[in-house]
Amino acid sequence: MTTMRLNDEERDILAGKLGAVAKQALQHQIMVGEFFGAKDFVPVTQAHIMADTESLGEAGVQWLEGLATATQGRTGVRVPTITDPRGTDFSKAAFLGQTSSMLDLERRAIDAFVKLGVVMTDTCINYQTIQAPIRNEHVAFGDTGVVIYSNSVCGAYSNFEGGPSALSAGLTGRTPRYGFHLPEQRRATIQFRVEWTPETLNDWGALGGVIGRLAGNYWAVPAIVGIKEPPRSDQLKHFGAAMASFGSVALFHIVGTTPEANRLADIAPAGLPSHRVGRADVDALQKSYRQDGKVDVVVFSAPQLSLYELRDLAALCDSRRFTVPLLAVTSPQVKPDADRLGYTTRIENAGGTVLSGMCFYQSYAREIADAKGWKRLATNSAKLVNILGGYGYQPMLGSMEACVDAAVSGRTK
Amino acid sequence: MSKGKVFHARHAMGSMVRGTALVATDGFSARYDLDRIKGTFSRPTHKLVGQSYVGRILVVETAKGGVASAWMLHEMKSRGMAPLAFVFNSVNPILAQGAALAHLPMLAGFDEDITKAIPNGAELEINPQAGTIEVLR
Repeated sequence: MTTMRLNDEERDILAGKLGAVAKQALQHQIMVGEFFGAKDFVPVTQAHIMADTESLGEAGVQWLEGLATATQGRTGVRVPTITDPRGTDFSKAAFLGQTSSMLDLERRAIDAFVKLGVVMTDTCINYQTIQAPIRNEHVAFGDTGVVIYSNSVCGAYSNFEGGPSALSAGLTGRTPRYGFHLPEQRRATIQFRVEWTPETLNDWGALGGVIGRLAGNYWAVPAIVGIKEPPRSDQLKHFGAAMASFGSVALFHIVGTTPEANRLADIAPAGLPSHRVGRADVDALQKSYRQDGKVDVVVFSAPQLSLYELRDLAALCDSRRFTVPLLAVTSPQVKPDADRLGYTTRIENAGGTVLSGMCFYQSYAREIADAKGWKRLATNSAKLVNILGGYGYQPMLGSMEACVDAAVSGRTK
Repeated sequence: MSKGKVFHARHAMGSMVRGTALVATDGFSARYDLDRIKGTFSRPTHKLVGQSYVGRILVVETAKGGVASAWMLHEMKSRGMAPLAFVFNSVNPILAQGAALAHLPMLAGFDEDITKAIPNGAELEINPQAGTIEVLR
């Protein structure tokens, strides 16, 4: 019995006619759908699963293995289903101080996903590297940065789908129709007049953090006016990822830039609560983190770096020599190009390390801190500084240039 | 003072439980805010920093970022280190999906600020089928 309206196929799935895996997936989706008052399901075309083993633990991996051992009925995903970063880059695990038990858990999770037909893309920038969704496309994406970019910049329709729900959507080819699958939920609820347009990625991230904190929850939809130039994809990547991280926000509109907001009136009712945000707010957020002193490690990650970010980083690394570790984390799709174009060599010649298919905070960051003695961390990712406070780090947020300087001198100014 | 008072939630899942409330006007993210091994809040700026949430009915404002929480509640429960139930003013899908996987009771959406209405340490009965919280003492 459910309060959701099911079609014939969904009733068959629930009755077990398509096997135990699809049934379990649909039961999970119904629990979530009923909780949010979904009236029915909506078909999805793609799913993206966040499932690093630090989050899954032994219990989560066993749950996956249970699904993967089924042999009756439909046993795999039915729409393209891909993965967010893994918990390691196997080739760099020793350098990160990761243990064999962490790696064993990773291998078991990967085996289970492959049996379920999941494609191991291991990326949180699939909208830059795999296949960006198009406007009005309903998808089931995990990773808050992927969802907010897909909703806002691409005009696709997705909720935050945690790993179990994204996998369920891949297995059933649908998701409960609630939240940002509903056009009325996508209207702005709060307005921001931005009086200063950032340039650097850390400033864009900090601006996203300021707006995320003020917006404050998942159901808030910021309408942003005053952005001077059309932002680039990497700038919106950091902007959205930070907004989602600081505020749990899943959708924003930049008037004149993002596809649903040609004009403010398209997405915002009159009389919305309004805030002004300027350079002082962006600077204040950055200064709220540690400002100066010794640095143990420099990390570029969260989101994974695009080819352009790696190109810019490589240029800053020429003729430099790092005295503390510098990590640059990218996707398995970008890494071969960075190798081929010489960016990896230039970063590593300066003493840095380019990692692939993981993300720093999804890779046992607390255990890495203990194993490596890394506490004072410099980064240009506002999302990363927001997360790592809870992992025992003392993070610092600065420009890519300032972070590279810190890797050379071992200090921030 | 609040004994016998009943609060009604617009969103509910899970089974009935009784327990002690741990209340804060602050957010919740399993990944960002917790030391999940020790079962305590670990983010320095969190209002419950240093306090244990294990076996408590956690009454907080809203769910904050982090898709990982969808897995983490299940993992925490498997080690007996999870809250007994969750009560939110406003919840995001991740925590609801996580509660569904972990089979943890969750209520959200009230006519008042539930973090102000329920005193820290109150004994509560959570009834998801009826969508209610009763203050027992």
